[in-house]
Amino acid sequence: MPTVTSTTPAHALHQLSIHAARAGLRQGTWTSVELTQACLDRIDQIDGDVRAYLFVNAEAALAQAAAADARRQAGEDAPLLGVPLAIKDVLVTEGVPTTCGSRLLKGFVPPYTATAVQRLEAAGMVLLGKTNTDEFAMGSSTENSGYWTTHNPWALDRVPGGSSGGSAAAVAGHMALGALGTDTGGSVRQPAALCGVVGLKPSYGRISRYGLVAYGSSLDQVGPLTKDVYDAALLLGVMAGMDERDSTTLPQTPPDYTAALTGDVRGLRVGVPAEFFVDGMQPAVADAVRAAIEKLAQLGAEIVPIHLPNTDKALPVYYIVAPAEASANLARYDGVRFGVRAGQGGNRGEIDNMFETIRRTRGEGFGAEVKRRIMLGAYTLSAGYYDAYYLKAQQVRTLIKRDFEEAFAQVDVIAAPVTPTTAFPIGAKTDDPLEMYLSDIFTLSVNLAGVCGISVPCGFDEQDLPIGLQLIGPHLGEETILRAAHAYEQSTDWHSRQPAR
Amino acid sequence: MSQSTHQSPNQLTPADVRHVAELAKLRLTQDEIDQFAGQLSEILDYAARLQEVDTSSVPPTPYVLPLHNVMRDDAAEPGLANSAALANAPDTEDGFFRVRAVFEE
Repeated sequence: MPTVTSTTPAHALHQLSIHAARAGLRQGTWTSVELTQACLDRIDQIDGDVRAYLFVNAEAALAQAAAADARRQAGEDAPLLGVPLAIKDVLVTEGVPTTCGSRLLKGFVPPYTATAVQRLEAAGMVLLGKTNTDEFAMGSSTENSGYWTTHNPWALDRVPGGSSGGSAAAVAGHMALGALGTDTGGSVRQPAALCGVVGLKPSYGRISRYGLVAYGSSLDQVGPLTKDVYDAALLLGVMAGMDERDSTTLPQTPPDYTAALTGDVRGLRVGVPAEFFVDGMQPAVADAVRAAIEKLAQLGAEIVPIHLPNTDKALPVYYIVAPAEASANLARYDGVRFGVRAGQGGNRGEIDNMFETIRRTRGEGFGAEVKRRIMLGAYTLSAGYYDAYYLKAQQVRTLIKRDFEEAFAQVDVIAAPVTPTTAFPIGAKTDDPLEMYLSDIFTLSVNLAGVCGISVPCGFDEQDLPIGLQLIGPHLGEETILRAAHAYEQSTDWHSRQPAR
Repeated sequence: MSQSTHQSPNQLTPADVRHVAELAKLRLTQDEIDQFAGQLSEILDYAARLQEVDTSSVPPTPYVLPLHNVMRDDAAEPGLANSAALANAPDTEDGFFRVRAVFEE
């Protein structure tokens, strides 16, 4: 592995956490240009194999880094001044190509920047590039990307998870110090678990979705993927809070989340839901999660058996609600205002009217999974089926939400697995949509209830593939899950293990 | 986990798929129509287990927050310039989006 600069005894620069990199920037140990170049060199070195990035913003990133160094020379500081990060390609970035992993949006260059990204930029971030995702964030492996599949840095024949698989692989492969993902049914937590990094899904309403290309509007949240829990708390604090441009953002002023990381979980009531340890899950995953819960007990937490009886309904509810919302949200891709229009460029064939242009644009531009979900949503919302599917799913959603409310009357956090298995081989589930959906059974209910959850590394299976511990908190319970995740992390060394190359 | 015990499986025919595709303005190939008929039937069949849940007195949850009708001051702010709004359009004319004829001929 090439060494980057001289002054990094413990780590090469690209291996640093955000907070370690920031400490060195503040002390003048290294510069943002050095950090950014180290990440770009790392991208050159391994991304030909991993394929985490859809677009590398190399030239602009180095210019932003130089500007950050100049500001620091002039005595300025900011929470992320000069820190190079990667952004999932479903968040729009002014002047930087944004495709949502879709062929339909090839060449789209947004005229504005998403609020979450804008807040990172205002805090001094350097934008390294845009990361791969399942098309419009619909998937659990990045295999639904319209461009290519991202490979898991721990084992290149395995998926990185999804849909934020590009961001998870970029962080696990040290091609960014941290990254943003989005989580509609587990799309931050599941790839974080499969790639051995930290992934946080904040409470619904905590971070603005302005400029997040909409998939399931009652479920979508932006969340950080980072090398440790401190970094997740740091990025959450920068992004959280009300935004006039997103009426679903909550008015509560966000606290300093890093102040919650006391390392003390004595007396914390940790609920363990029986329904999250099911037949058919990989034994190594169940064992690692149970060992992590035992560790929390050793640290002074009180372990409480609980029940979330409607857990097995989360998957069918999600696959009614999310596609219904998607079918409405994706109506905008008609090839009129943006996107690749069918038959443009002289080859119109038999297309000679607007509606046929729209049908062909969507039929040719969307991939199979996006079409499948649009079809599913259009069907369940259509006349005669609405009550049986959509209304019924929303009623059962109420029961899932109540399960959490009742649980959080008894406990402070819930500890559970993130996924039933470690990273599966590329291609293993692509022919069976329902089988792919089952990889999200432990994450979906958190989105349906609007509560928060975090994935933190808790071990490895017999093939050295990472395993994640999920800690779930009540709505706006981020400080509690971050505190528990941090205390656990600090008592183990899972987070400091690295892929072989 | 028990399989659902509903009476008739949710089988979509290719004709149903073509109808929904038209609602969704999606042009599908014959292969896609056949494939989706099977896959959507399987997914809906799985979703049918929700029918076993008693929801007779349960209100729906379309949205988890108690926020409603959030207002801000009705003050004008600069919007996108016309050129920026049109920059990604496949076809434009005189500052407008240009589409093909709505009706043939």
